[in-house]
Amino acid sequence: MAEKLVIIGNGMAPGRMLEELFEKAPGLYDVTIFNAEPRVNYDRIMLSPVLSGEKAYEDIIIHNDDWYLTHGVTLHKGAKVTEIDRHAKTVTSANGVTAAYDKLVIATGSLPFIIPVPGHQLPGVLPYRDLDDVDRMLEIARASCSQAVTPDLAEMRHKTERKGRAIVIGAGLLGLEAAYGLKRQGMDVTVIHLMPTIMERQLDPAAAYLLEKALTERGIDIITQANTKQILGTDKVEGIELEDGRVIEGDMVVMAVGIRPASALAKEAGIAVNRGIVVDDGMMTSDPNIFALGECAEHRGTCYGLVAPLYEAARVLADRLTGGTSEYHGSVVNTKLKVTGINLFSAGDFAEAPDREEIVLRDASAGVYKRLVLKDNKILGAVLYGETADGSWFFDLMKRGTDISEMRDTLIFGQSFQGGTPLDPMAAVAALPDDAEICGCNGVCKGKITSAITAKGLTTLEGVRAHTKASASCGNCTGLVEQLMSLTLGEAYNPAAVTPMCACTELGHDDVRRLIKAKGLKTIPAVMQELEWKTSCGCAKCRPALNYYLVSDWPDEYADDYQSRFINERVHANIQKDGTYSVVPRMWGGVTNAAELRAIADVVDKFEIPMVKVTGGQRIDLLGIDKEDLPAVWADLGKAGFVSGQAYAKGLRTVKTCVGSDWCRFGTQDSTGLGIRIEKFMWGSWTPAKLKLAVSGCPRNCAEATCKDIGVICVDSGFEIHFAGAAGLDIKGTDVLGLVKTEDEALEHIVALTQMYREQGRYLERIYKWAKRVGHDEIRRQIMEDADKRRAYYDRFVFSQKFAQVDPWSERVSGKDKHEFKPMATINYNQAAE
Amino acid sequence: MNGNWIDIGTIDDIPPRGARCVKTPGGKIAVFRTAENEVFAIEDQCPHKGGPLSQGIVHGKSVTCPLHNFVISLESGQALGADEGEVRTIPVRNIDGQLSIMLESLLVAAE
Repeated sequence: MAEKLVIIGNGMAPGRMLEELFEKAPGLYDVTIFNAEPRVNYDRIMLSPVLSGEKAYEDIIIHNDDWYLTHGVTLHKGAKVTEIDRHAKTVTSANGVTAAYDKLVIATGSLPFIIPVPGHQLPGVLPYRDLDDVDRMLEIARASCSQAVTPDLAEMRHKTERKGRAIVIGAGLLGLEAAYGLKRQGMDVTVIHLMPTIMERQLDPAAAYLLEKALTERGIDIITQANTKQILGTDKVEGIELEDGRVIEGDMVVMAVGIRPASALAKEAGIAVNRGIVVDDGMMTSDPNIFALGECAEHRGTCYGLVAPLYEAARVLADRLTGGTSEYHGSVVNTKLKVTGINLFSAGDFAEAPDREEIVLRDASAGVYKRLVLKDNKILGAVLYGETADGSWFFDLMKRGTDISEMRDTLIFGQSFQGGTPLDPMAAVAALPDDAEICGCNGVCKGKITSAITAKGLTTLEGVRAHTKASASCGNCTGLVEQLMSLTLGEAYNPAAVTPMCACTELGHDDVRRLIKAKGLKTIPAVMQELEWKTSCGCAKCRPALNYYLVSDWPDEYADDYQSRFINERVHANIQKDGTYSVVPRMWGGVTNAAELRAIADVVDKFEIPMVKVTGGQRIDLLGIDKEDLPAVWADLGKAGFVSGQAYAKGLRTVKTCVGSDWCRFGTQDSTGLGIRIEKFMWGSWTPAKLKLAVSGCPRNCAEATCKDIGVICVDSGFEIHFAGAAGLDIKGTDVLGLVKTEDEALEHIVALTQMYREQGRYLERIYKWAKRVGHDEIRRQIMEDADKRRAYYDRFVFSQKFAQVDPWSERVSGKDKHEFKPMATINYNQAAE
Repeated sequence: MNGNWIDIGTIDDIPPRGARCVKTPGGKIAVFRTAENEVFAIEDQCPHKGGPLSQGIVHGKSVTCPLHNFVISLESGQALGADEGEVRTIPVRNIDGQLSIMLESLLVAAE
């Protein structure tokens, strides 16, 4: 029978250890994990991108539920172990689960240090340690930067100016990443630091100065040499007071002042503990059946807080558990700061000392600072700011203790200046020896990656990550790994993991949408610059998509880019195969009258319009109009009260109705009235693809509402809202969203659903495809069950309508874009024959 | 060149990344202005199904036809990518923003 292995803690270190274990000896152990957090193993290094909105939780999961199933692991989520009984060889959790072990691994990680100043227990004082902390920060950020919409626009604008304020105590790696993330979430951020310079453990004062300057330019206030006296507030955080009497207001205080190993559980069980749980070179504690791994462990007097050394130790432990004799000898570590746009690398020891030398390179205009600390012709430490491409090379030289006297003169310029190696980065990667480390987090060398690619026939980055772990943690070496794949596979390597929007970018629609919000990008050139578009001004695929995303995300601030609209949306008519246009005036709910029909008849006569046709959406279509005549046609239609029917728009098209209870003997509600109301509320709104609605007065469904993007079936008890139908390339009946009682509720639900689709849909993706992608249940949950969410969607739609409900036809009759409707020049025969 | 340069207006008459038409006895000519303020003139007829190229989206030095998304090079008149076809390019001159086109070849077409 398999031996029982119990693990306390489900962080990255035990996760890695299990991967190694299952690879070496699948089935050797029957594994049980107790996780105090209510979730699976995720990439803690990537919490900062989640906080800044650049990644989602789903993106940083390392092992999903399937992984535990596949490997037969029993995972107790939300189960904090409270007791280890070394005599009975069992552990017991707070929620009453007891498990027996043959071998036990303690991987309880570390606890954030909270400075015990007065007020530290107030709600709103947070550590920065796990996903729950991130969620709480985001919650406060959202609540304090309230975007609540009121009908009054002026008041609305006033409200958005109220920014939340965050105070971060501690300008170390985590503190600065938290500050950056909260700034990204729209808060005003102040960082308080005890020492004279920031990140003093990783940076020398010169690099710290550059970093401080860069962060200040990003709008983050930094106060150094500041000691917190107390946290102010009565029932929640309101600010802090410094020793010198200064008071800083804030809605939250994030403490990022350090961690201490979580060793209390081990100590209570009588295991030897110093700062952390003491382990030998085989990761064994003072009890031969118990091991410790991760931030809770203390090895040769050192507790590590970075992933690379923990992964090295994980490998040793996996080997020991399978009967091996590997030893862990401690690690040299390096750090990088995950703040978009700031390149920073630091490794080793860079303090000044009499027997040390340094090489410094500064380029003030480029914002570059590099410093190497040498001793006996070996690199002892490196700090790189602004230009960090050579970081891994310096780090490699440092770890190997390479004698650098031969290349000393050019060392600081980096690898490409050595030994006549060309400047081509591919050649530089090709020149690396097989045992050169590529992935620092996971200790993966070049040879392991290239041989895995060849042996396992890997062609995707995901495949390489799955098999080698290279670039699977912090992701900073992704570029190097991709270069290795290109080198090994040549043309066969296609770096696009998701389907890119178009040939101008590697990013998919969802990434682009997310990054537009996260980075606050508000123009097409800004998107293209920040997201590294490969073309100078995009193409006919990406430009209309970007234009829509920006209109949708920043309705008040974004200026529509006319030249990125498809011709129909540029001239507000539908182009036909012969280059003429068709014109569809809006008939609210499909209802018209004699005056309107007369006006249409007159226009048809006056402009000799060759074709008049009733559309599927209950409108009248005038076909075959020359572009030059469009403004005059619109002018005449406008006089009769018509506005554009937007039959050309990726936006609200029509609301089709039946006659309902006013006329029909079966009608249960005023379907015509509701249809008109919806159309008057929603006209002018842009959506990812066209949006067609219908309201039927009874389940006989004469308005064919059950194949529409959104449909309503009126019943005696109220209004059944349907969505995600299709009757085009695909045919699909709608699904029921839910039943509501009143017209007001029906409108609110329909509008909220539309807004959710507007915010999430990919350009040209109809609502049924979007719904299939995100899940009908999730949509129901957000729109039917979560009233706050529904109301927020509704409010955002209402806000955006203030800028969208402008009749494009009357604008153009008044002279807008008049160049569109006239030739630039007309050349006659005489001129041409001259 | 012994052709016939005919004034058609100024560069400001055309929006950046946009196009305007010039009507001639030989058919419409589409005059394009790129983001970099280069000016090109081609026949306003897609080689695929005759779509009005002047109504397309301008990107880089090409235009995408509004009817079926053929991408046409403004420089060479060639269809780009996997598509095949070609439209005539018309010589265009830009002197301090004053634009003129060369109509010699057009007359041949008009006959």
